[in-house]
Amino acid sequence: MSVALAQPERPDYLNDGYGIKSWLLTRDHKRIALLYLASITLFFVLGGIFALIIRLELLTPAGDLVTSQTYNKLFTMHGVIMVFFFLIPSIPAVLGNFLIPLMVGARDLAFPRLNLLSWYVYVVGGVFTLTAAITGGVDTGWTFYTPYSSTYSNTHVVLTVVGVFITGFSSILTGLNFIVTIHKMRAPGLSWFRLPLFVWSMYATSMIFILGTPVLAISLVLVGLERIFRIGIFDPHIGGDPLLFQHLFWFYSHPAVYIMILPSMGVVSEIITCFSRKRAFGYNFIAFSSVAIAVLGFLVWGHHMFVSGQSVAAGVIFSGLSFLVAIPSAIKVFNWTATLYKGSVSYQTPMLYAFGFIGLFTIGGLTGLFLATLGVDVHVHDTYFIIAHFHYIMVGGAVMGYLGGIHFWWPKISGRMYPEWWGRVAAVVVFLGFNLTFFPQFILGYLGMPRRYHAYPPEFQVLNVMSTAGASILGIGYLLPLVYLTWSMRYGPKASANPWAAKGLEWETTSPPPTENFLETPIVTEEAYAYAAPGATHV
Amino acid sequence: MLAIEFPLFPPRASTLAGSVDNLYFTLLAITAFFSTLIFLCILFFAIKYRRRSEDERPPEIHGSLKLEIVWTAIPLLIVIGLFTAGVRIYYAGARPPANSMPIYVVGKQWMWKVQHPEGKSEIDELHVPLGVPVRLLMTSEDVIHDFSIPAFRIKRDVLPGRYTTEWFQATKTGDFHLFCAQYCGTNHSAMVGHVVVMEPADFQKWLSEGPQPPSMADSGARLFAKLNCATCHSDSGKAPLLAGSFGSTVPLAAGGSIRADEAYLRESILAPRTRIVAGYPPTMPAYQGQLTESQVLELIAYLKSLPPGKGDRR
Ligand code: HEM
Ligand SMILES: [Cu+2]
Repeated sequence: MSVALAQPERPDYLNDGYGIKSWLLTRDHKRIALLYLASITLFFVLGGIFALIIRLELLTPAGDLVTSQTYNKLFTMHGVIMVFFFLIPSIPAVLGNFLIPLMVGARDLAFPRLNLLSWYVYVVGGVFTLTAAITGGVDTGWTFYTPYSSTYSNTHVVLTVVGVFITGFSSILTGLNFIVTIHKMRAPGLSWFRLPLFVWSMYATSMIFILGTPVLAISLVLVGLERIFRIGIFDPHIGGDPLLFQHLFWFYSHPAVYIMILPSMGVVSEIITCFSRKRAFGYNFIAFSSVAIAVLGFLVWGHHMFVSGQSVAAGVIFSGLSFLVAIPSAIKVFNWTATLYKGSVSYQTPMLYAFGFIGLFTIGGLTGLFLATLGVDVHVHDTYFIIAHFHYIMVGGAVMGYLGGIHFWWPKISGRMYPEWWGRVAAVVVFLGFNLTFFPQFILGYLGMPRRYHAYPPEFQVLNVMSTAGASILGIGYLLPLVYLTWSMRYGPKASANPWAAKGLEWETTSPPPTENFLETPIVTEEAYAYAAPGATHV
Repeated sequence: MLAIEFPLFPPRASTLAGSVDNLYFTLLAITAFFSTLIFLCILFFAIKYRRRSEDERPPEIHGSLKLEIVWTAIPLLIVIGLFTAGVRIYYAGARPPANSMPIYVVGKQWMWKVQHPEGKSEIDELHVPLGVPVRLLMTSEDVIHDFSIPAFRIKRDVLPGRYTTEWFQATKTGDFHLFCAQYCGTNHSAMVGHVVVMEPADFQKWLSEGPQPPSMADSGARLFAKLNCATCHSDSGKAPLLAGSFGSTVPLAAGGSIRADEAYLRESILAPRTRIVAGYPPTMPAYQGQLTESQVLELIAYLKSLPPGKGDRR
C-alpha cells in the first residue's frame, strides 16, 4: 500500500519474520514469551469459566445446577489448570522469559533451543490434560490424594497425571535456563547486588523448579503405576500407605506455592521502585528474603497434614517451621511500604496493581498464621477458610502481580501503550470484585463449611451469594485487560523506549526490542534503581 | 420460611471450643492491626508523597539496619507466642482424658457408621451425652475421609488401614453439623450427618430404646468363637493368652517391645506376621480381607473387655 521507504526501518523482534512458522520455530526468548502468553491466557480463561460455573452452582444450597460428579470434575479441572497450567508458568514463562535476558543485558537465554522445547513440552502436557477433560474429566481434585486417585476414582486420572508430569519438565528446563543465564550472561559491571529484584526472585523460583518438580513427577508416576499395576504403594488394602502420597505431594506442592508468589514479589519490587522513583528500601533484605522463602518453603510441607494422622510431634515441628516463613514475607511487605517513604509516587495502572498486591498479600499472609497455629488450623482445615486464604495469596497475590507486570512491561513487549483510564478501572474492579468474592469465604470457613462441597446447609447461603456476586464482578475485571490489551496491540499509541522513566537495562533498548536485544552490549556502572542524583542519604 | 438465617459465628459446644475461639480472636486482632497499619502507611505515603511534577527526583534512601531488625524481631516474637498457644490446644486435642467413653466410627463412601460399645449403632448420626468426655476411634473401609464437627472445633482424618482418634466433651445439648471434610469422591458433600448432644439421662434412655443388639464385646466374643481363635489362644500355649493384653507391653521376637493399643491389636489380627510376639512361632493366619472394619472393632472391644489376671501373660 505504501511506497517503499528509502531507509528501511530496523526490524524489531515482532516484525523480524512473519508467518506461523517464524513463530513456531523461533529461538528468540521474546517470541517464546509471547507463545507462553497466548497459551496461558487460554488456560486462564478456561479455568475462569470453570470457576464461574462452580460459583453459580454454589448460589443455592441444594446442588441443583450440575450433578455432584460434574461438580467434582469442575473444581478439579479449575484447580489443575489454574495451578499447573496458569499460575506456575505465568510470570516465569512469560515475563521471566521476556525480561531476564534484557535485564541482565544478554542477547538471549543461555539455551534458546531448550527454551523453545520447554514451550512445546508445556503444550504437550496441556493437550494431555485437556484430552482428559474433554473425554470425561477427572474428579480427584488437583491434589490427587490417594487411595482415592490411585484406586477408587473412575475417571481419567492417568491421562491427567501424565499431562501434569510432562508439564513439570517444562518448569525444570525453564529453571535450568534461567539459573545458567543469571550466572553466566550478566553484562559487564552487573554484579549480583546490582541485579534487579525481579531477577533475584526468578533465581529463587528457579531453584524450586529444579529441586521440587522432580518430586512431584515421581509421586505422580507412582499414582499412575499404582492405578495400572496395583503395586501397593498407597492403598492399604494392598499393603500401601495412604499418607505417603501426601508427604511426597506436598514436598513439592508447598514450595510450588512460592513458585506462584515469589515471581509476583519480584514484579512488585520493580513496579514500586519505578512508580515512586526510589531505590528499593532494604534491597539486600528483599533479595535475601526471596532466597530464604525458597529454602524454608521446602521445610513446611507437613502443615498440610495437621489433621491427617501424622504424629503430634511432626505437627509441632511443621507448625514451628511454617511460622518462620512468615518472617521473610513480613520483611518484604515492610520494605515495599518503606520504599514509598519520601518517594515521588504516581498511580499508574501497574502501581494500582502493586498496591492491590500488597493489600491482598498482607491479608493472605496474615491468615496464613491461622493455619500455622495448630489448634486453630484443626478447625479451619479443609474449609472455605483455606479456599479464601489461598485465593488471597494465589489470586490476590500472584495474579495481581502478574497483571501489574503485564501492564508495566506491555509497552516494551508490544511497543504500544494501553489505555490508561481503562487500565485503572480494571485494576479497581478486580480489587473490589476480589474482596467481595473471597472475604465472605473466611467467615464461611470459620462457620465450618467444608471445601469441595457441591451442596451445603442452607444457613451458609447468604455468604455464598455474596461470593458469587463478587465472582461475576471479578470475572468482568479480568475480562477488561484481555479486551483493551488486545485492542492496544493494533490501535494503541506507539510507546517510547522508556515510557515510565524507569531504571533497568530493559528500558535502554527500543520498544519493542530488536531481536538481538541490544545493539551493543550494555555496560553497567551503577546500582539498581539509582533514580536519584548521586549523594544518597542514609536513614 | 422467610426468615433468612445468616450466622457469622458457629455454635460453641465443646470444652475445647472456647480456647480455639480465644486464639482465633487473638489472631483476628493481630491481622486487623497489621493490615490496618500497612494500609494506612501505604495510603498516607501515597498521598503525602504523590508525584507533583514530572521531573521530581526524590532523595535516595538505602534502608536502615535498625528498622530491619525491629520489624524482624517483632513478628518473630508474635509468632513464637502463637506457636506456643497453638501447640497447647493441639496437645489438649490429642490427649483424651483416661475416663473417656469410647465410640467407634467407620467411614465408608459415603456414610458414617457409628457403633456404641453397648451395641447400638447408627448411620450419619452420633448421639452423645452432655459433659462426658468421648473418644472416637475411627477408621475407613475405602478412601480417606475426615470426621469434622465444627461446633466442637474438632476434625481428624479417617484413614483406611489405620486408626485415628479424636475426643471432645460436649457443653451444650442440641443438634450440630457433622461433615466429612476430606474430599472422598462423588457424594463427598452428602457424607454429612448430625451430632446430637443429650442430657446423660436422656442419652441412657436413648441407648436402651428399641431392639437391644448384643454389645460390641459380645459380638466380638461370638466372632472369636466362630473363627476358632481359642484353639491357639488358650492354655494350649500355642499362642499368647489375650486376657489383659490390651494396654500391656508386648515383647517382640525381633527385639524391643510395643504397647498393645487398638492399632497393634488390629494389625495382629489382620497381618499377624508384621510383628511377632517373642516366644511364639509365627503360626497365626492373617485375617486380612476376611473381616470388615466393624468386625475388627468388635473383636477389639471383646479383647478390651477381658479382665486382666485370668491366665496372666508374661
Ligand atoms: C473468578 C475467580 C475465581 C473464583 C470465583 C474461584 C472459585 C473457586 C472455588 C469456589 C473453589 C473451591 C472449590 C471447592 O473446593 O469446592 C476454588 C478452588 C480453587 N481455585 Fe479458584 N476461583 C477463582 C479464581 C482462581 C484463580 C485465578 C486461580 C489461580 C490462578 C484459582 C485457583 C484455585 C485452586 C488451585 C483451587 C483448588 C481446587 C481444588 O480444591 O481442587 N482460582 N476456586
Ligand atoms: Cu468422606
